[in-house]
Amino acid sequence: MNALLLHPDDNVLVAIAPIAAGDTIVVDGRNHVARVAIGVGHKVARRALAPGDKVIKYGAPIGSMTAAAEAAAHVHLHNMKSDYIATHMRDTLERSTAS
Amino acid sequence: MITAWQRNDGRKGIRNVVAVCYLVECAHHVARRIVDKVDDPDVQLIGFPGCYPNAYADKVMRAIATHPNIGGIVLVSLGCESFNREGLAATVAASGRPVETLVIQEVGGTAATIAAGLEAVARVKAEADKTPRVDMRTDELIVGTICGGSDGTSGITANPAVGRAFDRLVAEGATCIFEETGELVGCEGVMATRAITPALGQALRDSVEKAERYYSILGFGSFAPGNAEGGLTTQEEKSMGAYSKSGSSPISGIIKPADVPPSPGLYMLDVVPDGEPRFGFPNISDNAEIVELIACGCHVVLFTTGRGSVVGSAVSPVIKVCANPETGRRMAADMDVNAGRILEGEATLDRVGDEIYDLTLAVAGGARSISESLGHQEFILTYKSFEPVGPACLPTRNHAASA
Repeated sequence: MNALLLHPDDNVLVAIAPIAAGDTIVVDGRNHVARVAIGVGHKVARRALAPGDKVIKYGAPIGSMTAAAEAAAHVHLHNMKSDYIATHMRDTLERSTAS
Repeated sequence: MITAWQRNDGRKGIRNVVAVCYLVECAHHVARRIVDKVDDPDVQLIGFPGCYPNAYADKVMRAIATHPNIGGIVLVSLGCESFNREGLAATVAASGRPVETLVIQEVGGTAATIAAGLEAVARVKAEADKTPRVDMRTDELIVGTICGGSDGTSGITANPAVGRAFDRLVAEGATCIFEETGELVGCEGVMATRAITPALGQALRDSVEKAERYYSILGFGSFAPGNAEGGLTTQEEKSMGAYSKSGSSPISGIIKPADVPPSPGLYMLDVVPDGEPRFGFPNISDNAEIVELIACGCHVVLFTTGRGSVVGSAVSPVIKVCANPETGRRMAADMDVNAGRILEGEATLDRVGDEIYDLTLAVAGGARSISESLGHQEFILTYKSFEPVGPACLPTRNHAASA
């Protein structure tokens, strides 16, 4: 097993071992082939995800898809984004301390 | 079934600690020498270093000194500090516990006070030993959780495993407390949906907003580039890792340091001071938060760590849950539970959650946690300021008061 399901409602798994391109990833009992390397702690799609889909981890939305991903694809900055608009993000903080 | 110590206020302790308490840094050495010379794991050192008065420190110290795990108190005062020692001694006495006060300037200095302190501890301990023993049920336990020295593994192993243990404890009627609003930024919306009333949900949102504002003024960023390298994509995802310690039970209320939950259930402890930042960081180290959890009545504290903390605490045992398998191997002799096995496919989250649950009950039943048996008795209390929680924060309080 190289990917962990944290919550039954989740649509992503978490890699718990380094996954190399070409490795097998088992998702809900079905074998998939990893297209890219996926590091420990990174997310793997549990099923096909479409742009706009909420990404569910820990049973809670952690952002939305910005691009499609097939089952077992890597889910990260390239295909998802935050739904949370923080009042003080790092750049606003830097601007406020610079001024 | 746990065999506990019955206190006059109806609460039950899982330890019977005699605490030697210095009331200003100037009395710290004398108090420490007394504790060192007694050399008994259940005679412990606590204290407050400041000379200036602080309502928060006074409230927390009174809560700690009358904590169910405390059997008796010896106060060590220099004599000219501003801590209200008479008020503290009166609170302890009114709780039915033995208490003695030593004033160094009156007893006659260092050596004389250490000698007098050894006798005082012996008398207080003899009285504390007479405390009746009673059975204690799981639903009388209060358990806190905190994370420290976190890394990328914390949010996928140890934290959710503690959440599962919390779910079992809450289901059995115990009281569980989580905290760290500063690390809940982004999951306040999810958290609010778990509140037992809409007004409490809004209060949870407000407390996270307060934390975000406070930390920002102190110059904290929120999401670091290193987080993304570890596989975290968004702020809310990062926060969810810390938040997962709370499990999935409904949230029954918000408390502040030294507030004891009015009824069983899951509570969030708001540790971020109210008002403009005045005394520096909300919590200068993990033990400052552990002391606040204990002041809220926690009998046991579950501490998750990825990089490997070694601390324990005075008054209440700390159970260490190690998230990272590498750390777990390197620091095995400091860890009670190895949640890193989840990453190596050797255990499931449910299995580790059950282990944490079982160990919590075993430690409540008298088994020593590892930090406890290693002699860790850290304690730190500094200056803060709080306003009381608002009426929306404790929906069950009125009900509990009338019951």
